[in-house]
Amino acid sequence: MTFGPLDARLIVHRDNGFVLDITLDIEPGTTVALLGPNGAGKSTTVDALGGLLPISDGRIALDGAVLDDPSQDVFAPPEAREIGIVFQDYLLFEHLSVRDNVSFGPVAAGNSNANAIAETWMQTLDIAAFANRSPTDLSGGQAQRVALARALASEPKLLLLDEPLAALDVETRTGLRRTLASHLGHFEGPRLLITHDPTDAFLLADEIAILEDGKVTQRGTPDELRRAPATSYAAALAGLNLLSGTTRGGVLELDDFAQSLSAADTQLDGAVLITIRPNAIALHAQQPHGSPRNTWSTTIRSVEPLGDITRVVLDLPLPLSVDVTPGAVSALSLAPGADVWASVKATEINLSPTGS
Amino acid sequence: MSETRRVRRRPPTVLLVLAAVAVLLFVLPLVGLLSRTPWSRLGELLTSDLVLDALWLSFISSLAAAFISTILGVPLAWVLSRVEFPGRSIVRAIVTLPMVLPPVVGGAALLFALGRRGLVGESLDAVGIVLPFSLAGVILANVFVALPFLIITVEGALRSTDVRFEQAAASLGASRLTVFRRVTLPMIRPSLIAGVVLAWARALGEFGATVTFAGNLQGRTQTLPLAVFLSLESDRDAAVAISLLLVAISLIVLVALRDRWWRS
Repeated sequence: MTFGPLDARLIVHRDNGFVLDITLDIEPGTTVALLGPNGAGKSTTVDALGGLLPISDGRIALDGAVLDDPSQDVFAPPEAREIGIVFQDYLLFEHLSVRDNVSFGPVAAGNSNANAIAETWMQTLDIAAFANRSPTDLSGGQAQRVALARALASEPKLLLLDEPLAALDVETRTGLRRTLASHLGHFEGPRLLITHDPTDAFLLADEIAILEDGKVTQRGTPDELRRAPATSYAAALAGLNLLSGTTRGGVLELDDFAQSLSAADTQLDGAVLITIRPNAIALHAQQPHGSPRNTWSTTIRSVEPLGDITRVVLDLPLPLSVDVTPGAVSALSLAPGADVWASVKATEINLSPTGS
Repeated sequence: MSETRRVRRRPPTVLLVLAAVAVLLFVLPLVGLLSRTPWSRLGELLTSDLVLDALWLSFISSLAAAFISTILGVPLAWVLSRVEFPGRSIVRAIVTLPMVLPPVVGGAALLFALGRRGLVGESLDAVGIVLPFSLAGVILANVFVALPFLIITVEGALRSTDVRFEQAAASLGASRLTVFRRVTLPMIRPSLIAGVVLAWARALGEFGATVTFAGNLQGRTQTLPLAVFLSLESDRDAAVAISLLLVAISLIVLVALRDRWWRS
């Protein structure tokens, strides 16, 4: 099966005055994250792509087929769009077994190989063992795989992941994010991840489009976004500190820096990706009390105002981004070259296992 | 042995008294019925031609009415809950009208529309279809009064289901009819069964519309409630016996189904 790109210009005028106006081009085999806060237009985008909401202007084309184009009076209904959607709460059919959920798409399409297709996807996503179970008897991780298998079995041309991790608690989310990352490659078409969580976007996507107030304010690879954020929201998101290292019994050794940290998660063992939000790091004029491992002395490399917050970048031993209030800047006399103490709570250090 | 300690709190007296009066209102007529039951003649009374004919007619007509109500009512309930069209609230009001209308009025209205001289009945008559004073007429009168119960129950269920499951099914490529059949119907199954049972029970007890539109002909249109009414004049013992039969049938079915399906 070959895939074509998503080629979409979405302009939607909502009754409440909200206007969505974005361009979304996604090449096959690429995951683009549409990252934005609540109210930025994420649900409107999902509804417009899924065919629940006709666009006011623009054009949606997928693999060369026009799905919605007001100027040509074309509108394909949801069932004709070939967009596989993984919903936030999965929306598995509880009156059907796992197998019948997965074969739902091919059966609806009248495919005589429906069962074989379902079987293949259940094997691929490692859910064949509970094919006869009801979705109500599944863990969050199993349900997510069933939802993914169900969407992929319908042989879509676009995979749309609508906040696939938002309904989960923090610990489950970390594990499931890894599973999701490893399974996304099973789909070779264009992939769109809708999320409000920068960690999802930075870890799962090849490219990130930042959605603010109905517009894409910046699009680029995670690296590009981190290096040159275009708006203060992007900067706040891009400040997410991403490190790699290994953990054992809660002690983190970093790959690139000499500083070690202690994390609250003492169960994990092995290679991990470490994320620390920039507002989770505190700066002090004097050495603070607390765990000596997560407290260190450093100098300031740069200070940059970003509207309501000020982004401070620390120098070695650990070049992290820190967000502080403008008040703290003057109280602590923060300026490039100044000496400060930095600290971060063990519970604010988020670990996700890499490696197999 | 340790058990969970139970503390009983006394409910407010006013509510208890009023609730008891309500229960009495149901129980008293039943006791009256039982007190007048000619137990020794019961077998003989219930196997008379009059009763057996009426029992058979009631059985056939109430089941047929429940079936037809389901076939017609579920699609209408779906349209009312899923399709926006002008005049929807008017249709909704008309649909529920038979619930508040005296059944006699319904029967008379049916007669004016479908009687041999009626609006549509005249043309039907011309092609040899005669509804009034026939079994088909009984079933039609039953459907007229039973259909609203099914529609109301099913529409309520359809409106309270999460339409996102239907959207999920559509995203998997299912047509609206497939979504209806494979997702919507299974999701409202308990309410659908409740609606069918309610419609059946309403049809079983139907009197006014039937007697007006279909008459009271033994063996042709005389159902159990009509037989009771007739017997009250001629043979009170028979009337009591048939009433008891109706109570027993209804109670058995309602109790049996309630525990299995009426959890909502």
